Amino acid sequence: MSIINVISQSYPSFLAALLETVKMTILTLVFATLLGTIIGLLSISKIKPLKFITTLYIDIIRGTPLLVQIFVVYYGVAQAFKPMGFSWNPIGGAFTAGVVTLTLNAGAYMAEIVRGGIESVDKGQMEAARSLGLPYGRSMLKIILPQAFRTMLPSIINQFIITLKDTSLISVIGIRELTYNGKVLAANAVTMVMAIWLTVALFYLIPCTILSKSAKVIEKKVAYGK
Amino acid sequence: MENKIVTKGLKKSFGQLDVLRGIDLKIAEREVLCLIGPSGSGKSTFLRCLNRLETITDGEVFVHGENITDKKVDINKMREKIGMVFQHFNLFPHLTVIKNITLAPTELKIMDKEAAKANGLKLLKRVGLEDKADAYPGQLSGGQKQRVAIARSLAMNPDIMLFDEPTSALDPEMVGEVLDVMKKLAAEGMTMVVVTHEMGFAREVADRVIFMDDGLIVEEGTPEEIFSHPKEPRTIDFLNKVL
Repeated sequence: MSIINVISQSYPSFLAALLETVKMTILTLVFATLLGTIIGLLSISKIKPLKFITTLYIDIIRGTPLLVQIFVVYYGVAQAFKPMGFSWNPIGGAFTAGVVTLTLNAGAYMAEIVRGGIESVDKGQMEAARSLGLPYGRSMLKIILPQAFRTMLPSIINQFIITLKDTSLISVIGIRELTYNGKVLAANAVTMVMAIWLTVALFYLIPCTILSKSAKVIEKKVAYGK
Repeated sequence: MENKIVTKGLKKSFGQLDVLRGIDLKIAEREVLCLIGPSGSGKSTFLRCLNRLETITDGEVFVHGENITDKKVDINKMREKIGMVFQHFNLFPHLTVIKNITLAPTELKIMDKEAAKANGLKLLKRVGLEDKADAYPGQLSGGQKQRVAIARSLAMNPDIMLFDEPTSALDPEMVGEVLDVMKKLAAEGMTMVVVTHEMGFAREVADRVIFMDDGLIVEEGTPEEIFSHPKEPRTIDFLNKVL
């Protein structure tokens, strides 16, 4: 089978590319989860300007294509801030720009997930926690977020999967991750183009499937008292 | 006796809707006060103003002599001493019964883990649920949930307990077990403010009964005065409907 041929011939490049993809994904997910939690918490704040800024941010990210966001962050920011001495090169180049863009992008979606999760928790939970004398932050951390997390979990895993697949767009700024690697291989191949791209697809499919299956396991683990 | 709670001209509006239109009330130490009245009369809102779950629109609320509407008051510290029991229990479903009870005392560093647990088990015994310490709220009946909720409030060692229709969400056969716990509390001298539809309980346990309607106190008196010799037409009308 030609996919096996492709893998056996080019596995070093695929493994190196997979490593790039995984590195980019994990970094993005860590930062995006943090960013999304902070933005999500701010978006339910009663302070109007905070609410406005978070809504604006989320709307901008959701209303523009990721590909354009990548160009804005990589080329746009580089040129606009060049007079101030900014360049992507000393801080990791396109890879960093890629992680930054993906973080900003996934962070907005995560913020919506976090907001929705928090709002899904019954209002009485916060009231009960507060009436015991727990401050707002502690009530959020100990009572609301653990419950919200259960509701959020399927959406979070879904966002992880989307982000993993979105890393393929970073290929346009020259990071040799899975998709870029596929392009290089396909450009040099005379035959087997189909097999090369199917192999690329397979390399996405496997981690995505692992993610979604593990979500099911975790969901069962965090179910309580039912 | 010292007044535990004093409200002066307490008003609360939700937008255009005036829910409380000026409530003046003094609640003495060890007093059991029952608030009765038709739904929408503002009695639950009044209760929620006493620990600032609702921000009041106008007037003043003093608890232990401190004006809790004052922004400078540490409301969290105040709330530690005011227990609240809700209609829908509001137990924390992701925590076991004992964790529900020990969470606040340990988080607020009032007790260490062991002391909190020992105290929690004692409280569970008091409400007759010592065997449910490791159960989750989802595994309990409504009556059991509410008894745990009472134990959870008592864990902070409050000297005032607010009850917001504590038996309204219960199946009839479970009302008694919750009222029994409340009666014991009253007998032990707890200052209690109880919003209730249980007229039997109010008659038997209350020191004073307040009839509220349309955001105002219409009539107040001893249970005997309110239930046997009501004066106001609105009180008479209400009691005729519910008794």
